[in-house]
Amino acid sequence: MKKLLSGNEAFALGAYHAGVMVAAAYPGTPSTEILESIAGFDDIYVEWSTNEKVAMEVGMGAAYAGVRALVSMKQVGLNVASDPFMAASITGINGGMVVIVADDPGVFSTQNEQDTRHYAKLAKVPMLEPSDSQEAYDLMAVAFELSEKFDTPVLVRSSTRISHSKSVVEVNRSRPSSTKPAAFKHDVEKYVMLPVNVRLRRPVIEERLVKLNAFAETFPGNQIFRGKRNLGVVSSSVAYQYAREAFPEASFLKLGMTYPLPQNLLHKFAEGVEKLIVVEELDPFLEDNILAMGIRVMGKEFIPRIGELNSSIVEEAGYRAGLIAEPSPRKTVLPQGLPGRPPVLCAGCPHTGIFFVLSTVGQRSKLLDARGKSEQEGKLIITGDIGCYTLATYPPLRAMDTTACMGADIGQALGMEKAGVGNKVVAVIGDSTFLHSGITGLVDAVYNKAGVTIIILDNGTTAMTGHQDHPGTGISAQGKKTNMVELERLVSGIGVKDVKVVNAFDIKALRAAVRDSLETPELSVIIVRGTCSVRLRERSGYRAVDVDKCDNCQVCLRIGCPAIQKLDEQIFIDATLCAGNACTICEQLCPRKAIGPLSA
Amino acid sequence: MKKLDILMVGVGGQGNVLASDILSEVAIAAGYDVKKTDTLGMAQRGGSVVSQVRIADKVWSPLIREGEVDILVSLEKLEAVRWSHYLREGSIAIVNNQSTPPLSVSLGVHRYPSDKEIKKTLKQWADRVYFVDGTTEAKELGDIRALNVLMLGCLSFFIPIDVAIWKDCISQRLSPKILKMNMAAFDKGREEMSGANLR
Repeated sequence: MKKLLSGNEAFALGAYHAGVMVAAAYPGTPSTEILESIAGFDDIYVEWSTNEKVAMEVGMGAAYAGVRALVSMKQVGLNVASDPFMAASITGINGGMVVIVADDPGVFSTQNEQDTRHYAKLAKVPMLEPSDSQEAYDLMAVAFELSEKFDTPVLVRSSTRISHSKSVVEVNRSRPSSTKPAAFKHDVEKYVMLPVNVRLRRPVIEERLVKLNAFAETFPGNQIFRGKRNLGVVSSSVAYQYAREAFPEASFLKLGMTYPLPQNLLHKFAEGVEKLIVVEELDPFLEDNILAMGIRVMGKEFIPRIGELNSSIVEEAGYRAGLIAEPSPRKTVLPQGLPGRPPVLCAGCPHTGIFFVLSTVGQRSKLLDARGKSEQEGKLIITGDIGCYTLATYPPLRAMDTTACMGADIGQALGMEKAGVGNKVVAVIGDSTFLHSGITGLVDAVYNKAGVTIIILDNGTTAMTGHQDHPGTGISAQGKKTNMVELERLVSGIGVKDVKVVNAFDIKALRAAVRDSLETPELSVIIVRGTCSVRLRERSGYRAVDVDKCDNCQVCLRIGCPAIQKLDEQIFIDATLCAGNACTICEQLCPRKAIGPLSA
Repeated sequence: MKKLDILMVGVGGQGNVLASDILSEVAIAAGYDVKKTDTLGMAQRGGSVVSQVRIADKVWSPLIREGEVDILVSLEKLEAVRWSHYLREGSIAIVNNQSTPPLSVSLGVHRYPSDKEIKKTLKQWADRVYFVDGTTEAKELGDIRALNVLMLGCLSFFIPIDVAIWKDCISQRLSPKILKMNMAAFDKGREEMSGANLR
């Protein structure tokens, strides 16, 4: 049966057909849809974990108990989960454990551009890399077999272009009719990593790597395609697809397993061609390892190490390396001077009001130039975090000073305060991000008597990655009702005395809450609550501008709502975007009372 | 048909991704190899969205090279210009007559290009540029959200794949509740192209 599947859908189906029993993840672009897809199968256990570390630990527990487990995350998620990941390498598993990690070359939606492949070497675990959806599906079966055969977690490395491209998949397997029931076998030397046991396990890990080396030599996913002998290309993942287009006549060694590398196969391939180049995205991971084998190879002196590759970039690099004739120029002219269309907070976004308040209370819109560099000192310092709300950095709101990684805003705010900055520091964090890794920061703030204000933006979902549930929503990954973690009780329980809950669409209340919190020297938490507008079931009462009353003062444009537009000197509201009665922020702000319901 | 590289562009929320999914499924049903890839901004709505669909007997890269697009379908006018450098000489551009000014235009930082400028830019590469009043027509048919399928109807006119396959794939993807209206939108799009005068 042929199906059009994204890489992520193919991973999910492949894992399901490989008999996976437990799947855990935290949402993160571009990996999110792996768990979303597999959550559709209700005969297995699937969870959104609070963060990637917990997801990894859930996977370990299931694998220790003898069943097959899938854990998926984006590349920075593996940083969070690296502690249990390294531990899983040492203990080994029992049932198969596969960890899919999706990189983001080109940085479409991440805070860095790290290359996950280094983790395979660090953890001494095998790594597989598919180059399209078919391989994503096929490699899942291989990954679980490898994991059990060698008693190791297996890393499957994806990328934005693999995870989010769709291609044809021949679905040629089905789920096994029965799977092994869970049973944990006590084995203290294997599972309890006291130093004495770690010393026992260390040689096992090194021996495992030697065996994996031998396996790599005969692994059918490492394939030679004979072309002309004058050029040999070593490649993997989507870079292989670009290289096939750029060098249609070359010989190829396509690596489906990129750690450990097949040394003999690489020598054999290198000896059969005149020139050899490695085509890989990001770091020279393959190149460095191949050079260390004593094989002369070209690579990153021609292939960019920054950003996403494509066929044209690879072809151009091949020409500069003297491997191919000059490519025939394509006639293209990049259109100049066009207005950009950067992502913005949606119309009716529950984050808009609070950021407008922070922007005006902090007098920030006047302070920062377009590049966000400040000549003067702002009234407020706003440490930020990861989510849709990071978009409040841009004009016209300009209400964020830092964004580093999940949960960082609270610790950063504390550090600034304790360092002695003169201004009040406000930390802003989303509900899902707070549950992911803001809680420990808040405990620190209580313990160390911080005086900062922490604003939790509670839109009742993990919005940026496409509306996944989390512990604060009371709905499970498989859509069932479950226990709900209440933010205000959690925050109070940690010991915060000043906790306010404010309606995200009430500008007056937001302003009063922010002013009150800024005046007190104590630690305060404001929970700003409002439904994500994308999830609004019903919309009514679209707002419109009364052109007779409007004097073009443009205050409404200062909130950055995409529904409020101006063409030919006239401000109007796009009714197809407006959230109507659910929002009304523009109406509350309009000094001329020129905005009201469309029908009125 | 040797190869067909199609770019579908628009603004987040216009249904670009679903339409390009359907196009890909049509090509598979007609026996071709297909790769398609979407580039979305960070947020859910309002950003620039690009779907690249590559159809051939064998497709390697999911990304189309600049200057190699055979047909550009744009759900919004500014986006058509933004991706015009992907068009090859002698290509086709089908553009929905809708202007959605981005924030920088509303704030007066940038100017939205005029229809004349838009056409001139596209005409540098495209032999045929069609402007379609898709948004208005979709509204008249009952729902603005049928715009994406209407544009698919326009596109289908230029692709040598049987109409029955298109309709079959559309009906597999859409819920029965909205199917009738979307079929009408598809037919409307085809009709627009068959009677189209080059503007």
